[in-house]
Amino acid sequence: MSRQPKAVALISGGLDSMLAAQVVKDQGVHVEGINFFTGFCVEGHTHAIRQKDKDKPKRNNALWSAEQVGIKLHIVDISQEYVGVVTNPKHGYGQNLNPCLDCKSFMVAKAREWMEENGFDFIITGEVVGQRPKSQRRDTFPVIADESGAGDLLLRPLCAQRFEPTLPEREGWVDREQLYDFSGRSRKPQMALAAQYGIEEYSQPAGGCCFLTDENFSRKLADLWEARGSKEYDLDDIMLLKMGRHIRPAPNYKLIIAREDGENRFMGGYRKRFHTVRDLDNPGPLALVQGEPSAGDLETAARITARYGKGRSAEQVRAEITPPGGEPYVAEVAPMPPAQIAEEWHV
Amino acid sequence: MSEGTEREFLDARSLLCPLPVIRTEERVNQLAPGAVLEVRASDPGVLHDIPSWCRVNGHEVIEAREDGDEQVVVLKVGRDDDGGD
Repeated sequence: MSRQPKAVALISGGLDSMLAAQVVKDQGVHVEGINFFTGFCVEGHTHAIRQKDKDKPKRNNALWSAEQVGIKLHIVDISQEYVGVVTNPKHGYGQNLNPCLDCKSFMVAKAREWMEENGFDFIITGEVVGQRPKSQRRDTFPVIADESGAGDLLLRPLCAQRFEPTLPEREGWVDREQLYDFSGRSRKPQMALAAQYGIEEYSQPAGGCCFLTDENFSRKLADLWEARGSKEYDLDDIMLLKMGRHIRPAPNYKLIIAREDGENRFMGGYRKRFHTVRDLDNPGPLALVQGEPSAGDLETAARITARYGKGRSAEQVRAEITPPGGEPYVAEVAPMPPAQIAEEWHV
Repeated sequence: MSEGTEREFLDARSLLCPLPVIRTEERVNQLAPGAVLEVRASDPGVLHDIPSWCRVNGHEVIEAREDGDEQVVVLKVGRDDDGGD
């Protein structure tokens, strides 16, 4: 190749992808990073919403990684197309609703599209064989390469020496001898390499960067799908699954009750889409009511909501109930005693 | 590509990070080097993330400030070969 080779690196914000980009960049390859927004990323949203998190750093780890390596980073919204990956994964789910193998193939496929559109030559990931039980295995690596369409243009610098040389190695765009042979779940080789580069600070998502690996979140998503009778969701659904207390007293409706001021404010933005309930007489949470609640259901929702406010011990409170985008009305209700809120209602 | 002389505006209010950064990149990709873009947002994270995105991609941050409950970031679009090392 007469010009400088160009590689696009999948950057998650964790250490491995950062090291992979660094290793290849050090060989004189022009590297740019790509980070995909699926809607299920752990960082960002909840910190932005919750009042108690206001003082925590709001660093985007993918951007931070790119700064450390000294590469451009493109953050790409794939949340719409990603729906198909989550709802119908060809290779099934992991321990929760995490479709890790399909997800990785999809992301590499999107990186391949970006590579072709932007005149780049190959793709880098921070995958290490044996690191992850579902997607980073010797037998799944070829699946990702094949199903993404990346084939021989997919280079995994941290474990490349354990596999047959890829095109970038055979063509001499990168020196195979300067790549690595990491394997297994141990993080020690990566940490040693990080120390070699003087990288002392890094996040360690290790699969924890995605809400779909979270048991509680997956349970709420499964409940949503069951209530709808189909595996559908949009970005607002995902946002709301990340916040509040979720209580389903009956199959036809569910309450999402704010836990603090930040969630109260954020959930107020959904007044046009859902019924809302709040205690007019006492400070307390806003609750969204999703589904098809009857008038009686809304009174029950108001009673439950009042239980989580300052008026929980009152005999009666005035509850404001507002239909989606409609006019509010007031109902006198008795806050529901905690013992009457069945354990199985908590999603 | 528009000429890079007038100030462009992007309303990223009600979006949570990283969506304001994504919308910023999408808009910047339509602008010529030297163009000035003002982004208005409601997620405090943009005061960290958009300047960070600008640094790695070679754009200049002219201003990044709170404005009541909102945040404003003004940036100047760099050349294609800016950014990275």
